Amino acid sequence: MPGEYAINYTAVLVAAGLGGGLVAFLFIISYLLAPHHYSEEKAISYECGMLPMGRFWSQIHVRYYIFAILFMIFDVETVFLYPWAVTFVSLGPAAFFEMVIFILVLLFGLAYAWKKGALAWR
Amino acid sequence: MTGAQFLFYALGLATVMGGLGVVLSRNVVHSALALLLSLIAVAGIYVLLYAEFLALVQVLIYGGAIVILLLFVLMLTRSGESPLVLDNPQKPVALVVSLLFMAIAIVSFFLTRWKLAQAPRGVDFSVLGGSLFQDWVLPFEVASLVLLVALMGAIIIARESPQ
Repeated sequence: MPGEYAINYTAVLVAAGLGGGLVAFLFIISYLLAPHHYSEEKAISYECGMLPMGRFWSQIHVRYYIFAILFMIFDVETVFLYPWAVTFVSLGPAAFFEMVIFILVLLFGLAYAWKKGALAWR
Repeated sequence: MTGAQFLFYALGLATVMGGLGVVLSRNVVHSALALLLSLIAVAGIYVLLYAEFLALVQVLIYGGAIVILLLFVLMLTRSGESPLVLDNPQKPVALVVSLLFMAIAIVSFFLTRWKLAQAPRGVDFSVLGGSLFQDWVLPFEVASLVLLVALMGAIIIARESPQ
């Protein structure tokens, strides 16, 4: 592998290893140190100390689906932003305004969602 | 074994483990999280193949959007309460079909003459950017309109009916 590429991704690897290792370490430590005494009451889902109402699986309203769709759409936008951010200086002003149009179109969608009250948390 | 080979096998193992987790887990949410592991490991394999942009797309779109959508779908439905169906009367047929598919896969694996690929060369981001923002401007802008239509469609479908 060419040196620079390998070095860049070694940093990613080290960060991933440290992050994953820390999580694994904490789980192992808590498994080793914490006492394990199972009882029926402990298996109840925690709801601020009161007895939980309803079932363990709460079904959320379909209107929150809009948040998932919004996230996905701006996620796709981010994918286009990456190559643009690396190259728009060398490509000149046209490339810059192409992305501005792209973002404006999506901003219009966000404004539409706002106006229709889809962003209100109820 | 070089470091790259070791990484390849480790990532391949993580991919297969994630895939097994998806089909073997009894809890659908655990299945979705195992799918995330599998998809992220595939992104690592893309990095090993010098496909940086593909790895990025894999993490953002598959690891991010697709898994989030799956989790939302699980939350929007009552899938946690529905009875777990692991079997149906078509089991013998399914067994025959999957054995046949496995046989075809194994036979074609051994009959194919695998040629060593050229060492992959990564696509530079500047090449990609030039192609996207100079040669294919119109499809790029149309993509934003497609996303807009998807957003509006979702709002119209998910909006509460006025009462």
